[in-house]
Amino acid sequence: MVGTGGAARTRIKRRSLVVLAAAASMAFAGSLGLAGSASAQIAELKIMAPAAPGGGWDQTARAIQSALTTSGIVKGAQVTNVPGAGGIVGLAQFVNSGKGDGSLIMVNGLVMVGAILTNKSPVTLEQVTPIARLTAENQAIVVPANSPIKNAQDLVAALKADPAKVTWAGGSAGGTDHILVGLLAKAVGVDPTKINYIPFSGGGEALAAILGSKVTAGVSGYGEFEGQIKAGKLRLIGIAAPARVAYIDGPTLKEQGVDLELINWRSVVAPPGLTKEQTANLVSIIDKMAKSPAWQETLKAKGWDDAYLSGDAFGSFLKNEQVRIADVLKSIGLTQ
Amino acid sequence: MEAFPSLLHGLSVAIQPMNLVFAIIGVFLGTAVGVLPGIGPALTVALLLPVTYKLDPGGSLIMFAGIYYGGMYGGSTTAILINTPGESASLATAIEGNKMAKAGRGGPALATSAIGSFVAGTIATLGIAFLAPWLVEVAINFGPADYFALMVLAFVTVSATFGASPLRGLTSLFIGLALGLVGIDELSGQARLHYGVPDLLDGIEVTTLAVGLFAVGEALYVASRHKGAPEKLEPVRGSLWMTREDWKRSWKPWLRGTAYGFPIGALPAGGAEIPTFLSYATEKRLAKHPEEFGHGAIEGVAGPEAANNASAAGTLVPLLTLGLPTSATAAMMLAGFQQYNLNPGPLLFAERPELVWGLIASLFIANTMLLVLNLPLVGLWVKLLAIPQHWLYAGILVFATMGTIAAKPSVVELSMLLVFGLMGFLMRRYDYPVAPVVIGLILGPMAEQQLRRALAISLGDPIALVESPLAAGLLGLSFLALIAPFVLKGLDRFKADED
Repeated sequence: MVGTGGAARTRIKRRSLVVLAAAASMAFAGSLGLAGSASAQIAELKIMAPAAPGGGWDQTARAIQSALTTSGIVKGAQVTNVPGAGGIVGLAQFVNSGKGDGSLIMVNGLVMVGAILTNKSPVTLEQVTPIARLTAENQAIVVPANSPIKNAQDLVAALKADPAKVTWAGGSAGGTDHILVGLLAKAVGVDPTKINYIPFSGGGEALAAILGSKVTAGVSGYGEFEGQIKAGKLRLIGIAAPARVAYIDGPTLKEQGVDLELINWRSVVAPPGLTKEQTANLVSIIDKMAKSPAWQETLKAKGWDDAYLSGDAFGSFLKNEQVRIADVLKSIGLTQ
Repeated sequence: MEAFPSLLHGLSVAIQPMNLVFAIIGVFLGTAVGVLPGIGPALTVALLLPVTYKLDPGGSLIMFAGIYYGGMYGGSTTAILINTPGESASLATAIEGNKMAKAGRGGPALATSAIGSFVAGTIATLGIAFLAPWLVEVAINFGPADYFALMVLAFVTVSATFGASPLRGLTSLFIGLALGLVGIDELSGQARLHYGVPDLLDGIEVTTLAVGLFAVGEALYVASRHKGAPEKLEPVRGSLWMTREDWKRSWKPWLRGTAYGFPIGALPAGGAEIPTFLSYATEKRLAKHPEEFGHGAIEGVAGPEAANNASAAGTLVPLLTLGLPTSATAAMMLAGFQQYNLNPGPLLFAERPELVWGLIASLFIANTMLLVLNLPLVGLWVKLLAIPQHWLYAGILVFATMGTIAAKPSVVELSMLLVFGLMGFLMRRYDYPVAPVVIGLILGPMAEQQLRRALAISLGDPIALVESPLAAGLLGLSFLALIAPFVLKGLDRFKADED
């Protein structure tokens, strides 16, 4: 601001500076965070959201920030956004410059596992310290209400008849929705390289294509379809959950004979090179946060399912997911 | 029609003093932040969302509507005054608007932009109230083939921004198309032209390119000319306000811009850019003085600005009726709805009519506020141009850099801004138009994706591209628009021979 500051002699100039300053403080206000009251071992926790403000990871990071500070688990928490390439730009920065930093965590999730592989990221999740899995979203398969496909069996039959003729609308290539279709093809014995998956950016466009019957079926988080399903414009074919979910009026794929489970999970991880004490401390902070009423309220308000799993159990879950996703991406033909 | 009493009821909700205050705050914040290039309305809403947890749903949504409109308008202010389009939708505004500002007609340019936004916003809001259910049926039947046809039509209009030499214009366009290839290909998930730089995987940010080419490029160009005869900027020549003539030349473009912006904005993949390009091309073709285009024609500001704002209102159609967020800001507003456990969609109108109509009514209020806030400021904004050039351009550089960093804090992003700035300087120096580069970057990837989607759905059968009557119609129109100038020219020559 030095350049303009020098010229700030006239009133007009000062006004534009005020506007500028207001805009700048606006832009950064979001990342300042509120000061907590109680004391803890970590004065200020830094939370990286490897995505632009507004998306799922950013919302998770800000929810963690607010739960931690309102419950007084840490004195302060700060969210930084490092967007880019499915989170791997943030991941690279996190691993390279965060090494040994016991007051830094990063939000990530299933999408990052896929993005690391498809983008051939030099840095992987092998390098981070797993802390905890926090939330999950049920993945749903839907068809337009006027579709002849009534259930999972019909869909599988159509897929087996000619995989290319079944068009799928979903999110980005190699993302959760694409992975689900790949896993489904594998589960029912259809060649996953033959699936006709059409990626759309942003949920709105994909949903419009499904509603307009431009595609055979659609895949996304259940929340994106909920309103349309309730209004009778979309038919829920099944959810990829291990068992029925109380608030979803519809069957799982599993009970319809398709052996497939996939949840879109989000978690937090810490940088590499932490001591045992540092790791244990972070796990206990997140443990406390996950139990706090503030966090539970957020889950309810946002419609996120609690999928809490921490420490070593989460570590082995993360390992398994990496193997499974690597396998399915290879069979779809997205990676070698 | 039950819409009318509902709308009146909505107005009574929106006009409550507290809600008026939220509308003012929204419009002010939106304008202030929209002025920063790179920070668009979506980012503003995202950052403000946590602040509004404790507000009542009606009030905070009304505030968001204000931010949305304000952000749209703020972007045009910088486009006109300092040739820095705040977001891609104000690109077309910068082409003529800045030329007007340099000729001392910044006042009328800002005024036609503000009033045009108001007119377009008002008509489009009426459109939401009365046409939404019908329009949305059309919108979801718009398939990839239809989108591709729409993009083709938009491509045909690009030539309006070419300036004197079609060859130079096409060269610029192809630079833009090439830049559009950078990053992960959305359909196959494979990375293209990223040279191992992870920051490039998401492709090149339109605002970084536009700000680099327009603002940084121009600052460098002005600096390089300074030694000779420095260009004299007159902040005000003639009237600060719109003259009779200006009004006469503006009102039709406002209406035509609205007619482009609202329906295309309502399309799930329509966006705000295409209607602004279409409007710009139309105005150039219809203008009484087409030779003024490229030197500051008021029609070229009035039309795209109206289109820009009308499309902002258009995006609310699928959001409110279907729960489809079709722009980044609409996605944020959806998140805003969800934080109050409201699910926009087919049921929202039935379940929470007071909220929906309150929001629609508040769009009227936000629009009026925008005009009230901004018209008096026109005089102040224009004086910005009275700042000595070296200070002004230094300020622009700081401004451009800050906006870029705030939107994406990355060294790569900043380096790109500088490289594009140098590129913009060279293009100006050797007389290549810069606008087609940005248009290529915007339209190229969109057209490619829709084409490939259409072909994937049809299993590679190209007939699918003309199967829908809409797509066939749009393609036919593009073909006519493409050959018409040649045919007309031929006829003229023919007539000349007769004489």
